[in-house]
Amino acid sequence: MTFWELFQYPFMQRALIAAAFTGVAAPVVGTYLVQRRLSLMGDGIGHVAVTGVALGLLTGTSPTWTAVVVSILGAVAIEAIRARGHTNGDVALALLFYGGLAGGVLLSGLGGESSARLQQYLFGSITTISISDVVATMALATAVIVIGIGLAPQLFAVAQDQEFARVTGLRVGFYNVLVAVLAAVSVSVAMRTVGLLLVSALMVVPVATSQQLTRSFRTTLLAAMVLGAAASLGGLVLSAYLSFHATVAPGPTIVLLSLAGFAVTWPVGAWVRRRARLREPFPSVPARDHEPTEHTHQHGPDCGHVAVRHGDHVDYVHDGHRHAEHGAHYDEH
Amino acid sequence: MPDLNQPAPVVLDEGAVAIGGRPILRGIDLEVPAGQFLALMGANGSGKSTLVRALIGLRPLAAGRLRLFGTPIERFHEWSRIGFVPQRGGATSGVPASVWEVVASGRLTRRRLFRPLSRADRAVISDALEVVGLADRAGDGVATLSGGQQQRVLIARALAGEPELFFLDEPTAGVDLANQVSLATSLGRLKERGATIVLVAHELGPLAPLVDRAVVMRDGRIAYDGAPLADHAVHEPVFGESHTHHHASHHGHDHVPHVRSPLEAGQ
Repeated sequence: MTFWELFQYPFMQRALIAAAFTGVAAPVVGTYLVQRRLSLMGDGIGHVAVTGVALGLLTGTSPTWTAVVVSILGAVAIEAIRARGHTNGDVALALLFYGGLAGGVLLSGLGGESSARLQQYLFGSITTISISDVVATMALATAVIVIGIGLAPQLFAVAQDQEFARVTGLRVGFYNVLVAVLAAVSVSVAMRTVGLLLVSALMVVPVATSQQLTRSFRTTLLAAMVLGAAASLGGLVLSAYLSFHATVAPGPTIVLLSLAGFAVTWPVGAWVRRRARLREPFPSVPARDHEPTEHTHQHGPDCGHVAVRHGDHVDYVHDGHRHAEHGAHYDEH
Repeated sequence: MPDLNQPAPVVLDEGAVAIGGRPILRGIDLEVPAGQFLALMGANGSGKSTLVRALIGLRPLAAGRLRLFGTPIERFHEWSRIGFVPQRGGATSGVPASVWEVVASGRLTRRRLFRPLSRADRAVISDALEVVGLADRAGDGVATLSGGQQQRVLIARALAGEPELFFLDEPTAGVDLANQVSLATSLGRLKERGATIVLVAHELGPLAPLVDRAVVMRDGRIAYDGAPLADHAVHEPVFGESHTHHHASHHGHDHVPHVRSPLEAGQ
């Protein structure tokens, strides 16, 4: 069997479809989570979803759907704790995360499942995905994309400035819960691709990569979707190619490829930002006639004049001139 | 022109606000007629920001009745008539956003779900950017702007909803003089268009000529309500901090001890 013949197999085609949908959908929600500075929420939901998977295995129902239900419950609980604004909210979240993980491992043990079965969900097993799971992945991912893009103006406004959003009459609480539910659904969708413990990476890393080079929310969101799809398809194909030589799992390959994208983009972004700062024009203040009068003002860090580093000293912008201290008086620079 | 048959935009009777069980505002009677430019002044911790937040429903009233455009606040839904400019800081978030996008979010009061922006919406957004003098920065990231420019972005965002009643919370705080002057120009244009403006300010600076009426808060009550005051008058002993002998080290609130229990909700 050669590398190209691999694509003729139905399991590989199913895996490619699932990877494409997951890769596009996960960064949509990830963008709103990063905007709210909740990048780790996906990780927390992933832990809670382990209990859902174990419940599915224990009761003999589809782990995908039990994971969706339990992770939605977990996400709403996380959002409720967060919205209460307790200073110890992160501790409550930690309790929920580890409760979810421990509960899942315990339940799957009770059900007599091998740890290998649970591991499929913890680290992904995209090549063993069934047709019904592919259909569920496509449906849920499409729902996430349609809601995430269709309600983008509202979700953007709520994440950007909650109080302003409330004064525009938006039901902020509803949109907060909506984002939590979308995150839970994306976690369940991405579970088969990269696994519950790595799911947050697929949601957050493409966003972190795209915002190195973007200036607007819209381009960040769209670029993250493209990067997410590229990483998950690329990672899957790369792991398939490498698996002829060694045992390479698709989940970690996808995440590492995504991180590699960030590692390449970050220096470029840092360089672009630095260049933009250097090009920023010096504020043009019309130069007034400046009588060399007695200068009684002592420039300093708190004097209120704009301080500009000028070689080995600091100039202060003063009436359209730059004053540089020189002995007992100020020179014009 | 104010229409006498229309109810006043803001009417608050005997309003009181408590935060964490502690009374912050007591016995506030305030009526703002249409077209008025009202400056709400006072020392730090006098309750002026809390009052504005109560007037737009962000802080529940512990007592009293609030009517906006004649409708009790509980039943008020015409949010497109109200524009709110919060204290600077709400302009940036974890993901880059362009100036245009932030301003466009102010248009949400007049948009329906799942509908793209109409040509008219886009015209209003460009107009709002024009008024604050940032039309040429529309595509730039908000985070790359200076503090004064970010403040003007937030004003443009409120403008994009075409409201009749504006609330501005300390728009001049930490803004340099040149930007305060362009802010005053923007607000002057709003006033010419007949907008009602409630502005919270510690000091008026270049905004002073626009003000029709000043309300000075002290210790959660209205201490003065009348003709505009010069900046120095607001800080006269009558309106200043409750203990008028200023200690150089005294920076805290004058009536709220700076204690917060670890379990209390953050603000």
